[in-house]
Amino acid sequence: MRVEAGQVHGFLGPNGSGKTTTLRTLLGLIRPDGGRMSILGHEVPAALAEVAGQVGAIVESPQFFPHFTARDTLSLLAGAGEVPAQRVDEVLELVGLSGRANERVKTYSLGMKQRLAVASALLKNPRLLILDEPANGLDPGGIREMRTLMRNLAESGMTVVLSSHILGEIQLICDSVTIISLGRRVAFGPVEEVLAQHSSGAVRLRLDAVTDLPLAATALTRAGVRVTANPDHLMLAGVDKPATVTRLLAEQGLYVSELTPVAVDLESVFLDLTATTPVPGQHRQVDQSVRVDGPPAPTGGGWGA
Amino acid sequence: MSLFRTELRRLTKRRFTRWTTVGGLLVLALVVVGLFITNQKIGPEQWAEAKRSADQSHAEQVRWVEQERANCERAKAAGENVDYYPADCAEIAPPAREDIRDEWYLPSTFIFKSSFQDMLIPLAAILAMVGFVVGASFVGAEWSTGGMMNLLLWRPKRLTVLLTKLGALLTGLLALALPASAAWFGSLWLVANWRGSTEGMTSGTWQSFLLTGLRGIVLALVAATVGFALASLGRHTAMALGGAVAVIVVGQGGLAILLDMAQVRFGEAWLLPTYVYAWMTKTVTLEDWRSCNASYTGECNAATLDITWHHSSLLFTVGIALFLGAALWTMRRRDVT
Repeated sequence: MRVEAGQVHGFLGPNGSGKTTTLRTLLGLIRPDGGRMSILGHEVPAALAEVAGQVGAIVESPQFFPHFTARDTLSLLAGAGEVPAQRVDEVLELVGLSGRANERVKTYSLGMKQRLAVASALLKNPRLLILDEPANGLDPGGIREMRTLMRNLAESGMTVVLSSHILGEIQLICDSVTIISLGRRVAFGPVEEVLAQHSSGAVRLRLDAVTDLPLAATALTRAGVRVTANPDHLMLAGVDKPATVTRLLAEQGLYVSELTPVAVDLESVFLDLTATTPVPGQHRQVDQSVRVDGPPAPTGGGWGA
Repeated sequence: MSLFRTELRRLTKRRFTRWTTVGGLLVLALVVVGLFITNQKIGPEQWAEAKRSADQSHAEQVRWVEQERANCERAKAAGENVDYYPADCAEIAPPAREDIRDEWYLPSTFIFKSSFQDMLIPLAAILAMVGFVVGASFVGAEWSTGGMMNLLLWRPKRLTVLLTKLGALLTGLLALALPASAAWFGSLWLVANWRGSTEGMTSGTWQSFLLTGLRGIVLALVAATVGFALASLGRHTAMALGGAVAVIVVGQGGLAILLDMAQVRFGEAWLLPTYVYAWMTKTVTLEDWRSCNASYTGECNAATLDITWHHSSLLFTVGIALFLGAALWTMRRRDVT
């Protein structure tokens, strides 16, 4: 897994695939049993103390001492990290909690705790921000605000690693993604590339008269297009240019009412790559996802996956 | 240093710390008030009242003895066989007036020199209890609420974080214990002044009191460290509090019964309170009443075993090394999940 500086990187995987474990290991909370990790050019966990001041993180659900106010919580963290006190007010304003900063955390909703967690991660104005499920519990407005915040932070030069199950958000926010399944990487790279690699290039075709569909299917098959017939439309694969299809059918006196390239989204790619697409009548178990058989995990040296 | 200051601030901001401290100080204040109410200064009036009470008591006993002697003589004259009376009824005699001492009827009075040493034990016990539960909660709540994980994301040096927390706890406890002890000395001195006596104090007595007070503070620091270490080991306050209850109920209560049933010689030597008491009083002498060490006068003396504060200090040192060592080891080795 490699994250370029200044990018927003999505880290995806089904439940139990190892996202949080990876992040915890990276942050020194779990002892690695092999491999190598590096943050901002420093190998961790050996040099974690040197880079910790430049890394803001929330791991899994936000957890805070319930009887302290949000301001106290952040103020204590700022004290421990030698962050100027005025930064507390700045981040409270940034996450929209300045009006409720003097209330105890135990009175907060999950979304407010999530905002506080993001505030705590932003407190030290980090160069690298690691957020595990930051949109958990946020209302729709909050999700949109979070999206804008992530983009603004990235534009200001901050590198953001984002783990989330809201794939629509990831697709909108992230420059690149890594998808893992059962602890192994199954896809990585810029979002567009990952989508393109898994795009079928399919085109949906509808005609004015449904009765003409078999005729069209025959003509297109003869021209080398792979056709899948459906009751009210045809799915075409292997089409270089949609104009070829319209010309071919016009020659046969068949008139197109719809010719749409079928766009693939990150959710369908994710479900496909991890083999976690729900099947009616089946109850998928947590560990039922695609298993990548790679070389044995390195126990020392090397850059892991 | 910033981490230390922050942890000290966190400690004092916690409601549990504040309420437990207030609770402990309240108990101490109640003890002082209780001592003030139940003691009186002894003057001529109190002596006169005590003499009156002693005279009254003597007169009652004389009356009762005369009545019994009359009953005895009546029973003998009637030829009744009563074995609870002596053969000669004249042997039933009242006590002499001087046998009933006036001072027995004096009201309770607080003599600083003779009473204060014992009064340092409740002070140490309350400070130790406050130290133990606050110490356990300080780190236990941090673990169970995720605060420790947050802190480790900021300061990834685990041992430094744990030891700084412990340092802040002990500093905070010291900041409570020193003025509380000073206030205890002062308030009981005033109680003695108004409701007893402060006479007979020498520099040696003061030195002894100060050293006992110092040992009490050390006891509180030891208890706080053990509570802190236990809660850190279990990553929950309940680990320390549950452990303490288990030790008191099973480890001490159960063990005491077992030792007694097994008739183990000097069984108390296996019990923790003996060492705590020895720490405060410098020496506890255990006696084995089933033994007989005959003296040259033919007197049968029980065998004794002295538990001194040196033994206690050894036990405390080993305890701290074990618990704190284990807490540090697990802090370093265990994953934070």
